[in-house]
Amino acid sequence: MNRIMKNLMQRNEFYISIAIVALSIAIQLRSGQFFTSNNIVDLLSALIVPGLFALGAFMVIVSGGVDVSFPALASLSMYATTRILVDTNYQGGILLPIVMSLCFGAILGAVNGVLIATFKLPPLIVTLGTSSVFKGIMQGVLNAVQITVIPPGMSSFGTAALFIATNPQSGLTSRMPVAFLALVIVLLIVYFVLQHTMYGRGLYAIGGNEVSAYRAGFNVWLIKFLLYVGVGMISSLAGLIRVCMMTQAHPTNMLGMEMMVIAGVVLGGTAITGGSGTLTGCMLGTILLVMVENSLILLGVPTFWQGFFLGVFIIVGMGISALQVSRAIKARGALTRRVQQ
Amino acid sequence: MAQSVLKVVDIKKSFAGVQALKGVSLEIKAGEIHCLAGENGSGKSTLIKIISGVYTPDEGQIIFGDKVYSKITPIEAIRNGIQVIYQDFSIFPNLSVMENLAFNEELANKRKLVNRKRMKKIAQEALAKINFDVDLNAKVGSLSVASKQLIAICRALMLNARLIIMDEPTTALTRKEVNALFNIILDLKKQGIATLFVSHKLDEVFEISERFTILRNGEKAAEGFTSELDNKKFTYYMTGREFEDKPFVPTNVSEDPVLSVENLSMNGFYENVNFSLHRGEILGITGLLGSGRTELALSLFGIMQADTGTIKIDGEPVKLDSPETAINHGIGYVPEDRLTEGLFLPQSIGDNIIVSELDKLSSRLGIIDRDKKKEEIRQWVDKLSIATPNPDNACSTLSGGNQQRVVLAKWLSRDLKVLVLNGPTMGVDIGSKHDIHQILRRLAEQGLGIIIISDDIPEILTNCSKILIMRNGRISAALTPDEADTQVLARYMM
Repeated sequence: MNRIMKNLMQRNEFYISIAIVALSIAIQLRSGQFFTSNNIVDLLSALIVPGLFALGAFMVIVSGGVDVSFPALASLSMYATTRILVDTNYQGGILLPIVMSLCFGAILGAVNGVLIATFKLPPLIVTLGTSSVFKGIMQGVLNAVQITVIPPGMSSFGTAALFIATNPQSGLTSRMPVAFLALVIVLLIVYFVLQHTMYGRGLYAIGGNEVSAYRAGFNVWLIKFLLYVGVGMISSLAGLIRVCMMTQAHPTNMLGMEMMVIAGVVLGGTAITGGSGTLTGCMLGTILLVMVENSLILLGVPTFWQGFFLGVFIIVGMGISALQVSRAIKARGALTRRVQQ
Repeated sequence: MAQSVLKVVDIKKSFAGVQALKGVSLEIKAGEIHCLAGENGSGKSTLIKIISGVYTPDEGQIIFGDKVYSKITPIEAIRNGIQVIYQDFSIFPNLSVMENLAFNEELANKRKLVNRKRMKKIAQEALAKINFDVDLNAKVGSLSVASKQLIAICRALMLNARLIIMDEPTTALTRKEVNALFNIILDLKKQGIATLFVSHKLDEVFEISERFTILRNGEKAAEGFTSELDNKKFTYYMTGREFEDKPFVPTNVSEDPVLSVENLSMNGFYENVNFSLHRGEILGITGLLGSGRTELALSLFGIMQADTGTIKIDGEPVKLDSPETAINHGIGYVPEDRLTEGLFLPQSIGDNIIVSELDKLSSRLGIIDRDKKKEEIRQWVDKLSIATPNPDNACSTLSGGNQQRVVLAKWLSRDLKVLVLNGPTMGVDIGSKHDIHQILRRLAEQGLGIIIISDDIPEILTNCSKILIMRNGRISAALTPDEADTQVLARYMM
């Protein structure tokens, strides 16, 4: 029992869960509105886009890299998809837009992949660069402006509901979007890949020690390349879902999300140095940050404080990983002392 | 005569015009324990990489049994039973023991999906080969260095290894762990598996190996049976130089002590330490790990502070509460781990040398006088014969011995009274070690007081004029070198 407790105490998931519970109770006590069906549904619906982004960011961080280009990548891909479909007066269903944005995502992700896997450039620098390039293409080449009317297939997908939750007291209703299924499906796929395929174990292996992974026989180039292609596809899907749910394409309103998403992943216990982290932690960390973003208003906290609390969580999250790094350095110090013996 | 597992004939290899191997041959027989020795840069690692297929040789043959190759790939090397255990063990610290053991075979069989049951079986079989008992689900990063190494050995044995190459396997092990490793190597021998042991530590060479090959500057300097090798020959083959182990006799000892330590205590680390050091002397402090020797050294440099007692410099009591005050009182310190604590590795050799005397080299406005700086650097590079084509190169391009010289230069460029060195020749090869000792002796003759903290007993015995032995935080004996020998020192240490 003691051992289980101790084991639990060492896990970030445990602390994140406590933080989530504490925050929900605080909101509930203050507003009485947290544990209502429509608020929960609202939260889950707000989780879709950051959740998808987080899954991509999580895989990249596990492999020992970091990707800051996904909001720009998603924006460019969703904008291109919507623009083309609007210009051709597309009247069909959601399938074609999804396929198109997955293709754009794969192509843009492949750019990251080639630069990082083939030319062995540092992922942070590469994605900072491609992030600017993607934004430039969108705003310069495509002349991006807000698109207020999107194809009917997309808007009906975005507003379709799995079910509708009604708050018996206030009579407010919230729709659970069909798009939530996309998050669930991607989550299941990522879980399967990471836990049950050699590809997924290879991601962890590369994050742990890239040279060893190469010597063990992993195809490091292919694993990294496919990783960035896959992450590009997931991010694009998130971008498209965002457009559908808002029923309009706003070229810049996803930009800047990378800090919040990465902070959520790191808060959930994913080592920024690569190689370790769990999907549970990744999702819990993201949920916590989405709660902060969405629920402070229920606490009566003015919206401008959202940025403040988000910042505090980012610092705490980064602080945790900084602590991990300094612990690792101390462990290495212990090693050099062993050498003396 | 046993059949040979591996034979390389007349291997030549050059990199960018530098001839790393100039026609080296080597033969290893089944079940043999063979030692490959040589100083840094002698071509040991190049040869290993050629045998394991990482590099292709320019000329020469690689022969496994009756198969002759002029070049091989890593996969061919593995198929012919060659396994290399690298210094970093090539493990995944973030993954479980099971995954670390099973990955190679799973990947070799081109498996796409993870089957934990099968992986567990593979891992258990691997561990059984050397009767190693460890939790399969433990993360490898949480294990000791010795266990990590055993995991690397288990993994190597899985693929029908006939020759295991171990690259400096004992570097990070304790004596007990080294013994355990040697037992395993002897066990492998019984199973007919040969071991090629790469090392530059001579006691290991004598202890474990039956035959040896020594490389020097890319050529084979010697080969033969270890039983016919002695200390002196070994050193000669390694370096091409003859060293005389003349004991140090101080010639220029000052009348008054430059440093005296009286009743110095620090709770939990050392107690009631008394000694004095005169200019021109070399004082050796030895003791086991945890005996308080390192903490005492750190106290002399102001990094740690003693609770009670006095430290006097030239008879004046001083309070050393930071490295800065220690430096101002003329005390220098060369740390145990020069790489992380003493040098700026990516920066140039020159900048490292002059870093502590920037004030001296700059004008009143704080602008560095380039000519003065250049001259100063040139002078130190010459004085300590630091082997570099250009002092503008990064410090990381130097070998261990030369890096240690840069650390020395950094300190000597200030006018010091006392220099404290913690493990000054750890991880440095024999030739450089000798040179560093000569430099220290010369410095002592010029009137510097030197303290060497080391657990290398021969080093202490030949280079110090006084020896303090620490045990459990106390000085258990103070001897002169002629009163002491290895046994005496060991007795006071334990």
